[in-house]
Amino acid sequence: MNLTLKIWRQKGPQDKGAMVEYKVNDISEHMSFLEMMDVLNEQLVNSGDEPVAFDHDCREGICGMCSLYINGEAHGPDRGITTCQLHMRMFNDGDTIYIEPWRAAAFPVIKDLVVDRMAFERIQQAGGFVSVNTSGNTQDANALPISKHAADEAMDAAACIGCGACVASCKNSSAMLFVGAKVSQYALLPQGKVEAADRVMNMVHQMDLEGFGNCTNTGACEIECPKGIKLTNIARMNREFLKASIKG
Amino acid sequence: MAILDSKVPDGPIKDKWTNYKNKIDLVNPANKRNIDIIVVGTGLAGGSAAATLAEQGYNVKAYCYQDSPRRAHSIAAQGGINASKNYMGDGDSDYRLFYDTVKGGDYRSREANVYRLAEVSGNIIDQCVAQGVPFARDYGGLLDNRSFGGVLVSRTFYAKGQTGQQLLLGAYSAMNRQIARGKIEMFNRHEMLDVVKVDGKARGIITRNLITGEIERHSAHAVVIATGGYGNVYFLSTNAMGSNATAAWKIHKKGAYFANPCFTQIHPTCIPRSGDYQSKLTLMSESLRNDGRIWVPAKIEDAKAIQEGKLRPTAIAEEDRDYYLERRYPAFGNLVPRDVASRAAKERCDAGYGVNATGEAVYLDFADAFVRYGKEQAKIHGIHNPSKEEIVKLGQGIIEEKYGNLFQMYEKIIAENPYETPMMIYPATHYTMGGVWVDYNLMTTVPGLYCLGEANFSDHGANRLGASALMQGLADGYFVLPYTIGDYLSDDIRTGKISTDSKEFDEVEKEVNDRIDFFMNNKGTKSVDHFHKRLGKVMWDKVGMARNEPHLKEAMAEIKAIREEFWKDVKVPGDANEMNLELEKAGRVADFLELGELFAKDALDRNESCGGHYREESVVKEGEQKGEALRNDTDFGYVSAWEYKGEPADAVLHKEELEFKDIELKQRSYK
Repeated sequence: MNLTLKIWRQKGPQDKGAMVEYKVNDISEHMSFLEMMDVLNEQLVNSGDEPVAFDHDCREGICGMCSLYINGEAHGPDRGITTCQLHMRMFNDGDTIYIEPWRAAAFPVIKDLVVDRMAFERIQQAGGFVSVNTSGNTQDANALPISKHAADEAMDAAACIGCGACVASCKNSSAMLFVGAKVSQYALLPQGKVEAADRVMNMVHQMDLEGFGNCTNTGACEIECPKGIKLTNIARMNREFLKASIKG
Repeated sequence: MAILDSKVPDGPIKDKWTNYKNKIDLVNPANKRNIDIIVVGTGLAGGSAAATLAEQGYNVKAYCYQDSPRRAHSIAAQGGINASKNYMGDGDSDYRLFYDTVKGGDYRSREANVYRLAEVSGNIIDQCVAQGVPFARDYGGLLDNRSFGGVLVSRTFYAKGQTGQQLLLGAYSAMNRQIARGKIEMFNRHEMLDVVKVDGKARGIITRNLITGEIERHSAHAVVIATGGYGNVYFLSTNAMGSNATAAWKIHKKGAYFANPCFTQIHPTCIPRSGDYQSKLTLMSESLRNDGRIWVPAKIEDAKAIQEGKLRPTAIAEEDRDYYLERRYPAFGNLVPRDVASRAAKERCDAGYGVNATGEAVYLDFADAFVRYGKEQAKIHGIHNPSKEEIVKLGQGIIEEKYGNLFQMYEKIIAENPYETPMMIYPATHYTMGGVWVDYNLMTTVPGLYCLGEANFSDHGANRLGASALMQGLADGYFVLPYTIGDYLSDDIRTGKISTDSKEFDEVEKEVNDRIDFFMNNKGTKSVDHFHKRLGKVMWDKVGMARNEPHLKEAMAEIKAIREEFWKDVKVPGDANEMNLELEKAGRVADFLELGELFAKDALDRNESCGGHYREESVVKEGEQKGEALRNDTDFGYVSAWEYKGEPADAVLHKEELEFKDIELKQRSYK
């Protein structure tokens, strides 16, 4: 198929940036979206132009590096996948495709389609851990039974890949789904309960400092999340936060 | 020829590590504050090492090329992590895990290292549970285990199909705790471009800030490399796009010996290639082989018709199918080890029986499993005389529970429903057992320079068993290096800060800058990928699953020619002082173009078949095992450690003879 691409180009953080139009031809429906981008970049390099910068790494939907806003949707028009798992069979010959970076004040553009997600790092550093030394002198792994239900639910929350699609999809640029997932994983497990109050207070405080917006229960994040992280994680975080606030 | 000193301690194998730990020098806590350690790479090995060293009190500087340590490619590991906990009560022990790993590696790993690995494996699980890693549990609340290829016990702990992700997030959380305390200084989007030696010791690295392009100097008392494997030398592999060998190759050029480069694992269950534009291959967990049956058409005309799209696999009658693994290996059937399964698939496809348009695919069929599980379910649910459709539907439900995410992933990529049509699979490069040579302390041949995880060579011999990579990465980082590095650093307590303002740093920084300037000014005509794809094709065709002397010699010459052309004609657009992904790739591919040649040279030297390395000249000539791989312990019972001497072809071989005191060497048989 032959396609028209309108891609956000921005030389650096200070540059104003603009949408630029490109054409790619003979694209196979079996290609992944990023392979289509590889074709465009090969074309640009061969004609002496600078290729489009975009983040990607594992190309199997788990590293969370890829981050494109395609035709107004985080990770494009399919569900339950990241951009690298999107295939060109989702598009038609002659389509015009709009490709933008994540748009959020807390995720400034570094170059073209690459954004800075260090805000997520700082939130995790504020409390996204259990304070246990890695000495190996912990108790036996089976000393503390954990109900299968709690373990499964913690796993569902822990499946977050930290890509930022939730923030990009949210009209308020809220990071509540991301933070809620991490808070939930630990809140559901006995290992996380000891520090639960400090953790939720510190992580939420850092989230606010980073300039993310608030949650207004629209649910776009849940729909666009490639890993199906549920809104209930936000509710759980709110409960944890309330509990911690009352306890002071 | 220099003798490599593996520094394996004396004494019975089960006491070596304990006694050794009791005797080595330690650094007292007050002095640790005055010592800096650089850790490059933040996967399971690097991440766990950085966190533990920081916790012990050292000042750690950690580096990754991604925008977060959490994105290292350990995250993609699906199946699980082995540990000899014997929670299942099925007779597992440290010795059994040790034995399975050495045998699985076809007797080319170092016994003492593997025993230590088995010994600390249980601790890894304790540690990860304490960190809040959500491993799968049974209804009683205790940890669940599953079985994996090549062994007779259930010892694999898992977190759905995302075990690597959860373990890495555990190590990452431990890192975050230390970053918050200021004990780890984290450098995201930084790539190490060379190592700096002062008075023969590793004392620092040169990095490029991938956002600004700035070349930076970083010093420390010791340098730890944990940058993963070199599978991307094949261009197409299951590695991440950015996975590279630059750090490992650069330290090799500065004096670290490179061991067994030809030991590479080609994993049998990957999604086949669909066209020339393909950028990477996707792996599906080996666990699929527990329930799927592998076959190709028995008649060549059927295979042709399928390749041309004129015939559907479901239309081929049972008697016209060749379940070639069950035919050739009746004892292990579809569960033969990875290397054996991969070679058998290649053999059928080379003979013309491949089943997709490229002719490079075989079927993995779950139809029998649907019926088997379906009948069982019908009994459980008390359904009498169920119809065939009912049985299949019930069975599909069980398969979905077990492998649903893999089936969904397959359908997204291939656009075919694997519940209705058999899956197509083909082998792909997955893991490199070879790597930087290290001694028992995980130190390379350069003092103060350590290498962990997939980047080193030590524990998996010529073939790695499933669920052992995660175990090794975390063992090295959490429980081995933090002890052994103290022995070296105890001599450094009075050294003081290492200055970056020295002629040694000047020189290496200049080399790095010169190379970048070369790329930016070369103005060639071909892209980096053009050369990388050509290298990959030579590697796959001539240094792939089956190797022979003429091909290996050709490969060495061809790789050299591609390398020479690369340096003349490569084109790198953009600027050096900004984010420049083509420049990053150029540096990595330049190193692969050297490593590939050493890889072929090593494969040429090792005229035996063992594990993932199969030489067509070394096969069983007669009897029941005819045509199977033949290992040669008399002539090749050693680790090949290559010393860099300028051109890859001029590398000098040093041999570490392998001793097996606790295990009897046998030819593997899966008949």
